Amino acid sequence: MVALAPSSADAALHGLKVQVRNVSHAFDTNGEQLDVLDEVSFTVQPGAFISLLGPSGCGKSTLLRLIAGLDEPREGKIGANGVRIVGPDPSRLLVFQDPTLYPWRTVRQNVALGLEARGLIREQAHRVDEALDLVGLSAFADVFPNQLSGGMAQRAALARVLVNNPSLLLLDEPLGRLDSLTRMTMQAELLRLWQDAAFTSILVTHDVEEALLLSQQVIVFSHRPARVIGTVDIDLPYPRHRDDPRFVTLRRELLATMGLEHQL
Amino acid sequence: MRFALKVRQVLSRARWLSPLLLLLLWEAGSRAGLIPERTLAAPSAVIGTMLELVRSGELPSNLLVSFGRAALGLFIGVVLGVVLGLIAGLSRSGEVAVDPLMQIKRTIPALALTPLFIVWFGIGETPKIALIAFATVFPVYLNLYSGIRSVDLRLLDAARSFGLSRLEQIWHVILPGALPSLLVGLRYALSVSILVLVVAEQINASAGLGFLINNARDFLRTDIIVVCLMVYALLGLGADWLVRTLESRALVWRPSIVEQ
Repeated sequence: MVALAPSSADAALHGLKVQVRNVSHAFDTNGEQLDVLDEVSFTVQPGAFISLLGPSGCGKSTLLRLIAGLDEPREGKIGANGVRIVGPDPSRLLVFQDPTLYPWRTVRQNVALGLEARGLIREQAHRVDEALDLVGLSAFADVFPNQLSGGMAQRAALARVLVNNPSLLLLDEPLGRLDSLTRMTMQAELLRLWQDAAFTSILVTHDVEEALLLSQQVIVFSHRPARVIGTVDIDLPYPRHRDDPRFVTLRRELLATMGLEHQL
Repeated sequence: MRFALKVRQVLSRARWLSPLLLLLLWEAGSRAGLIPERTLAAPSAVIGTMLELVRSGELPSNLLVSFGRAALGLFIGVVLGVVLGLIAGLSRSGEVAVDPLMQIKRTIPALALTPLFIVWFGIGETPKIALIAFATVFPVYLNLYSGIRSVDLRLLDAARSFGLSRLEQIWHVILPGALPSLLVGLRYALSVSILVLVVAEQINASAGLGFLINNARDFLRTDIIVVCLMVYALLGLGADWLVRTLESRALVWRPSIVEQ
């Protein structure tokens, strides 16, 4: 398969460093304040793959939206390479839990949207085909999203993001809705894509094994409002195996951090 | 034996059979003198009259007048509905300004305004077209407005991330997302326009299908009245066909519930 060569303009940016400093956030629901994030701080090194692990609905996805620049935090600062994030940017892209493809656009048109919006489609049209090739969807380029299976749709969503050559990939449980077989294949593919390109990855998940298989560091969150309750470095070479003794030890450590050691 | 079975099979599924039987009964009743001509003309007489009206040019020229009224009224109504729907759908302040007025308007049946429109616009073409326009604004407005508001917000989040400007978001995401609703609104508007046309044309018309019907009533020509009713029905069918064609062209991306 073909790797997406970074265009010269983006090359300097590649692999964003992310700094989250004392970030707190809340929503107003019916006049009541719902706290979702409480004094969250961490740093992600350029090119690293980290996971944010925590119970469902704890506020991890909100944090990802803040890093994407889709919302602004109530308190605290989020920086990318030392520059404060104030809005969305094609260099920091979010892959949602659902593919959220544009149903009226073919797969190719979906993937091309980002380049079209930035006026790059003429000179970089080949990147669309490369991105489709990268996720193995070349044969489905001219199909509408409703004709794709769940896994294929999520691949298309991934291609739509990768074509923009992001320096930070934000993954909001992108594999959460897939069946377990498709999920395993996609985990391996995510890993390959990250290893081939040089972007930083932040994965939100509530699946301990997924975090262990993919990331170099796992940041563990509490129930809502989410606080950081632990950080575990995963010092294992890729590809990782579920039956590796070190893997098993780390899983136990993670579950203990989450307060779930009795569930083993 | 086999042939008899096949005939029975065909007959059991023949949806055209009962209407045909009704027509035959009607014709027989007319011929037997059970249905007087001044009550209802026989189907054969209606067909004869229709051919005659077509040949003399009376039907085509009046149909054209009616069609023109419906088309112009509908055009004005759809344009207004789309503009108001966009204003209310795309901005909060637009919604606050436009929606209450449209909801008030909705409570007034369009046809109830007929006397007021006659006072304002006289008895010429204007009140007829105004009535049709007034009646068709709402279905277009409401469906476009709710279509815009029900666009998946994550599709917009993604568009923002990819660097689409607000205008590009409207063009590439909001409008295509609202299109199916808009087409539903258009379909309503088309059938409403024909309904209002029928009533509006009773206002002192000197041309059009309504004029033809009024004249026929004065001379007890039930055959001409039935011909005009058939033409109204055909107009409705044509309108429906038009929107169906539009839908299948514009919404190729939608999964079809019924397999082709």
